[in-house]
Amino acid sequence: MRIPGYWRNTQFFYRLAGWKCVHCGAFHHYKPVVCKRCGSREFAQAELPSSGKLITYTIVRSPPRGFELFAPYAIGLIELEDGTRILSQLTDFKENELKDEIKVEAVFRRVRINGDQGIIEYGYKFRPALRRS
Amino acid sequence: MTGVYIAGIGFTKIAEHWDKDLECLMAEAAVKALENAGVSTVNAIYVGCALNEFLQGQANLGALMAESAGLVGVPAFRVEAAEASGAAALYMGFCDVASGGSEAVLIVGGEKLSDGLTEEVSSGMMMSGRTWHESFIGADFYALNALLYKLYSKRYGEEGIPFFPVISHEHAEGIPHAQYPFKISLDRVIESPFIAEPLRMLEVSGIGDGAAAIILVNEDLARRLDSFKARIFISSATDYVNPFEREDPLKLQSVLLAVSKVLEQGKSDRSEMDMIELHDATSILAALCLESAGFSPPGSAGKLAMKGEFGLNGYLPCNTFGGLKARGHPFGATAIYQVAEIYLQLAGLAGKNQLDSPRSGLAISLSGVGATAFAILLNKE
Amino acid sequence: MVKLGGVAVHGYGGYIPRYRIKAEEIGRVWGQDKSGSPVVEKAVAGIDEDAATMAVEAARMALRRAMIDPKKISAIYVGSESKPYAVKPTGTIVAEAIGASPTKLAADLEFACKAGSEAIAIIAGLIRSGQIEYGLAIGADTAQGRPGDALEYTAASGAAAFILGRLDDRAIAEIEAWSAYATDTPDFWRRPSDKYPMHAARFTGEPAYFRHILGAVQSLLEDDGYALNEIDYFVFHQPNVKFPLVVAKYLKVDQEKLSPGLIANLVGNTYSACSLLGLVNVLDQAQPGQRILLASYGSGAGSDAFLIRILDGIFERRDLAPRLAELIEDKIYIDYSMYLKFREEIIMR
Repeated sequence: MRIPGYWRNTQFFYRLAGWKCVHCGAFHHYKPVVCKRCGSREFAQAELPSSGKLITYTIVRSPPRGFELFAPYAIGLIELEDGTRILSQLTDFKENELKDEIKVEAVFRRVRINGDQGIIEYGYKFRPALRRS
Repeated sequence: MTGVYIAGIGFTKIAEHWDKDLECLMAEAAVKALENAGVSTVNAIYVGCALNEFLQGQANLGALMAESAGLVGVPAFRVEAAEASGAAALYMGFCDVASGGSEAVLIVGGEKLSDGLTEEVSSGMMMSGRTWHESFIGADFYALNALLYKLYSKRYGEEGIPFFPVISHEHAEGIPHAQYPFKISLDRVIESPFIAEPLRMLEVSGIGDGAAAIILVNEDLARRLDSFKARIFISSATDYVNPFEREDPLKLQSVLLAVSKVLEQGKSDRSEMDMIELHDATSILAALCLESAGFSPPGSAGKLAMKGEFGLNGYLPCNTFGGLKARGHPFGATAIYQVAEIYLQLAGLAGKNQLDSPRSGLAISLSGVGATAFAILLNKE
Repeated sequence: MVKLGGVAVHGYGGYIPRYRIKAEEIGRVWGQDKSGSPVVEKAVAGIDEDAATMAVEAARMALRRAMIDPKKISAIYVGSESKPYAVKPTGTIVAEAIGASPTKLAADLEFACKAGSEAIAIIAGLIRSGQIEYGLAIGADTAQGRPGDALEYTAASGAAAFILGRLDDRAIAEIEAWSAYATDTPDFWRRPSDKYPMHAARFTGEPAYFRHILGAVQSLLEDDGYALNEIDYFVFHQPNVKFPLVVAKYLKVDQEKLSPGLIANLVGNTYSACSLLGLVNVLDQAQPGQRILLASYGSGAGSDAFLIRILDGIFERRDLAPRLAELIEDKIYIDYSMYLKFREEIIMR
């Protein structure tokens, strides 16, 4: 548990807010100094779309420390509506509901719980889109 | 610029060394390497270790290493590049000797993963990713590999990928320093439980402790020493840490860059390679290393593996002592084992797995899933 | 009764987690035959959900319907008896998650199951006084029930959120009047270090639930002459299915005016979100001009009653977020062992 690190990233964890390069459009979830794609130094604040499609996924069965409570959990590679690809935990899915290409949407969840006394770390996860039409 | 030569090697068995501290295990390998090279001291020590702060609560590994190897007074530094820390130490030592800064240097890689719980080792591996991004959501090393595996299977099919562990285990059979010196069948690999589907338990490397050391010397000293010498070249490159930010996640650009550069340095080309040590921390990474480095067309590595092309009698023998999967993968030590094993092959000291008079071998070492890649070329002159 | 005129609902959202456990399944473990239970099943929060996450989900739906800049929301009150922190407001978490941060007021409220409706009363007051432009009132709970206790069959998880502002032509509904009634009545309580609430069984009925709900409702109806036939929907706190039916019968309210706001049979008792989710379900189907009476109940004990009139704004905004019925129907059944895991009843340390 490192509170300042969590705190300065909550905008991204909570609502996928970050910075887009003004020149090439590359999204940075952290406050960038230099664009990781084109080297530009001009950025505008931006929020990623909260829905997209699942490219593919896996299930983590032997979790690293801090994730024991949530095991097994799914990690998905998601393409958001603007084409940005992000990794996310997947949640609230039925058995056999996870399939490549399904629509998914962001939800706000507990990501890590630091014992009985530490802070609760919240963040985004994705679930199968509620309107599955 | 002087040529750089390996003049001696030393390593321990990869096992659970419950009774030894990290620096003592590393000192064992260091002393063997010094004796093997026939030198009593060096101008500098470069120590490769990934997780000493996390698993041992120990920093300042350079000075500790000098003390433990009986080399108090010698400058010593620890170099870190996650699972490729050993290769990073080698890179620094190589530059030191090549630039004329040192005549002889000691490179020691070591890791004691068994000092941590399994989930701590997973957390340690996850430290190769960005703490407040992929690690925050629990996308660990196996999850990233599993996603790459799925993308690979969708594009090319998974045929033959689970065969890489079979090759590594076959080569490790009877090797004294290997952690898992026995064969396993393809059926056993395929029937092993998923660790993160489609990645199976027997497609990933295990947890062990080990240390390996190398003495690098300049041309002058190489001529004066009696031990076997192999010319060494090393190159490195980085890529986006999160593989899914890369233009094509199935193309390890860092591997391609590092391998191309090292071959250029050594004035060698791919067809001259007699063997390759792959970073088979997972089966899929073995395939991606081969394909990205240009030794096998995209989508073909598994099929070629099934045909025996990467066996001891194939066109490019790989992991001739068992690779990360079967010899073992103590992170900071791994690249040094890889290089030491190529050295043994070139020296004709590879025992039952000895290739027929090889002259060149290549090792690939990665941090994470290719955030950093090192390519190390050994030539027999 | 207080005429609130000028305060309106601009956005609303109801969230119910996807997991359900049947009363019958809980009964299987404790040897109780619950096959005929009126509360057929209850909503259970997933292992990664708590009152804060559900509050955020409900607030996001409310924001989608309100179509306002979240930065204009300057008060967020979350009513809950299962707040994730004993000390640290839930409202600031919600504010950051919906893009309303920095906000101004963000206290957590506790008044058993009526803390959420009390949040509406407080926000309405802040708006009427001109202190804030928009405020967000939320009721959210992962309700606790001691294993084996009668509460275990009904204590459920959910959240409801309402964005309130001044009455204008964009509003969804006007809050016309409010009344409340509270006394010191210890029918249900939880001491600070206890995990599960205690209750006084049958004492929770007549001197507690019925007296306070009727106290608040009768003051709304009698003081200013709203007649029963001017009201199209009645929503009462629903700790079970029977209590709201008894109130309706006493007030001589027709069943068809009660049933749209009665969802406890399929959701359970979501505590602070309970009557508010009933209101959400009514807002999902009511027509402009129709009037809703909402009466919450919180043990200890008190009731807030509101009269709400639907406006034209409902048409274009209702479908900007999923209707509650979609969430009620969209479910994954879990067995008792998964229920224990989700509710963190399994000791892992």
